Amino acid sequence: MSTQVSAAAVADRLLPSASPVRLLDDATPAGYARDYAMPSEQRLRSAYRAMVIGRRFDTQATALTKQGKLAVYPSSRGQEACQIAAAASLRDDDWLFPTYRDTMSLVSRGLDPIEVLTLLRGTWHCGYDSQATKTAPQCTPLATQSLHAVGLAHGQARKGRDSVALAMLGDGATSEGDFHEALNFAAVFRAPVVFLVQNNGWAISVPLAKQSAAPTLAHKGVGYGVPAEQVDGNDVAAMTSVLDTAVEHARSGGGPFLIEAHTYRLEAHTNADDATRYREDTEVEQWRGRDPLERAERYLRARGCLGDEDVRGFAEEAEEFAGSVRARMQQEPEVAPLEIFEHVFGELTPQLQEQRAQVVAEQAAEAMSEEDR
Amino acid sequence: MPAVSMAHALNQALRDAIGADDGVVVFGEDVGELGGVFRVTDGLASSFGEDRCFDTPLAEAGIVGFAVGMAMAGYRPVVEMQFDAFSYPALEQIVSHVAKTRNRTRGAVTLPMVIRIPFAGGIGGVEHHCDASEAFFAHTPGLKVVTPSSASDAYSLLREAIDDPDPVVFLEPKKLYWTKEELTLPASTEGFGRAVVRRSGRDATLLAYGPSVPVAMESAAAAASEGWDVEVVDLRTLVPLDDETMTASVRRTGRCVVLQEAQGFAGVGAEIASRVQERCFHSLHAPVLRVSGFDVPYPPPKAEHVHLPGVDRVLDAIARLQWDDAPDTTWVPEQRELAGGKA
Repeated sequence: MSTQVSAAAVADRLLPSASPVRLLDDATPAGYARDYAMPSEQRLRSAYRAMVIGRRFDTQATALTKQGKLAVYPSSRGQEACQIAAAASLRDDDWLFPTYRDTMSLVSRGLDPIEVLTLLRGTWHCGYDSQATKTAPQCTPLATQSLHAVGLAHGQARKGRDSVALAMLGDGATSEGDFHEALNFAAVFRAPVVFLVQNNGWAISVPLAKQSAAPTLAHKGVGYGVPAEQVDGNDVAAMTSVLDTAVEHARSGGGPFLIEAHTYRLEAHTNADDATRYREDTEVEQWRGRDPLERAERYLRARGCLGDEDVRGFAEEAEEFAGSVRARMQQEPEVAPLEIFEHVFGELTPQLQEQRAQVVAEQAAEAMSEEDR
Repeated sequence: MPAVSMAHALNQALRDAIGADDGVVVFGEDVGELGGVFRVTDGLASSFGEDRCFDTPLAEAGIVGFAVGMAMAGYRPVVEMQFDAFSYPALEQIVSHVAKTRNRTRGAVTLPMVIRIPFAGGIGGVEHHCDASEAFFAHTPGLKVVTPSSASDAYSLLREAIDDPDPVVFLEPKKLYWTKEELTLPASTEGFGRAVVRRSGRDATLLAYGPSVPVAMESAAAAASEGWDVEVVDLRTLVPLDDETMTASVRRTGRCVVLQEAQGFAGVGAEIASRVQERCFHSLHAPVLRVSGFDVPYPPPKAEHVHLPGVDRVLDAIARLQWDDAPDTTWVPEQRELAGGKA
């Protein structure tokens, strides 16, 4: 059943390009295994708009954390190109398997931002309807969701559907066993799944050099027989084009695809983290110089597809979006205490019935004592 | 009626479930061509095709995580972990995702899947092949935990597990795979959450499950010749647990021994003993006692008989239920003689 694959074929089929695919600023050098077309100006314009809104949402969520409205928020500022391109690469019937840092992707996918923030707000673990939105709950363990994406993709394919699953991961997640098992399962079952690793340089405080000795994270695909590519993750054109290629590869029966996006989180891991303890300001500054929004803006302006008025318009739109999130977040979130019992099993066990009755009694007693006051 | 082994009953349950529901898929390491190391999936791949029963790469987290995704896509996966301790690489998937997905998604995504695990010891297996891990699973909210002790229960409970809307950890006592029962399949026994009185008695209640049930039955028979009329209750499902049947029995008998093969510390038996004590305190003539394996890693095959609770150890416990005469220590080696009959 196995076929001999020549070294040349491996290089052709499986090896990522020698340097990250880049379409903005510096064009991709010749000699790439795969050709990547520059996306249409229309698409890049809407990607730019989404990045502006995404960034504003991110800063708004960070501010809400400082106001105590969110328990925690892991910013993805600086990773807008990855976040927006990921959401835009999917059809409505494709599944997204995000991590806790991919909030911007979810909002960009059209999910209600308040529902998305439920997890971080602390009212429930996942506030949106996963089934209806085809978006799995944001995953806090690392890499575990990549296996779900593989199983789901395989299941959809068996049902004759041509939908794709996109699993998002960070660089730290590539050290987890589940990442490797997911790549292996995906390859063996030729599952229509795309793994998008956002390599932002740091797994909390551990730099990539201490995370992996591989030449790139994209190279990890080779051993599993999964074609892979590395991309400039701050280049929304390159991200769009490579994701398009990967999704099409998976959708058309080519099996899984792995993408490593080289990017950077400009903020700390979360608001609870002090990034100055482990990384130099000069490094952060260097990455500020590769800002994904500025690069897209420069490109679009140079082509005459974006003017001052558009930029102002998008900024206003983003401001409006943030304002509505802010306003809606001012309302005290409602929690239904008895709901904690409702989603353990399809039916309450006798033990859960007893415990639920205990809470009902506690609430009644509390209400009585309040009346007495 | 033909004599049916538990392994055969399980195989038939899988066959019937695959035949009844297009969504049922069986997969895991060696379950295809080989039919599983215990042959529970024997012939399924050839009867139903590799679409319905297939081998996967050797990776337990992968198998379970893949099953989560398959269930999300509308399938009812039944996966095999091959041996208890081999399930540990999958614990994160089981605990963090299989158990919690319904909860995390507020019921939008449910996982009707079964994780079959050849369970416990007594077969002379080498290390990592005989653990009794039920406490890990029973302690995890969101998992149903089932363990049959007979071929008819094995068939009926596995069919119910596959049809269940929630994930079920299905623990198959290895040493009972080849024990037979006169039986015509399909069999329909009591459902999840129902314990069954396997032998009724007046003097004491023996609560047991899975591989310990035959030990309990044998112990009760031996105790009878000493004048003790011992009731044996087979719990069958640990989650949900049938408090009612076990407490009704203990209230009637006034004495209770909980028997489990697993190590005792922080085990399921401790939970059961505690529940019985809370609910039956005024009916009890003696403290609820536990008989279990020791708190040691499962011993090598030549020493497993030291660890595994057998009839003698159960009889010792029954003797100590006399209590008026019993010293208040938990274990008294010289008190090995059964105290002839209940006062």
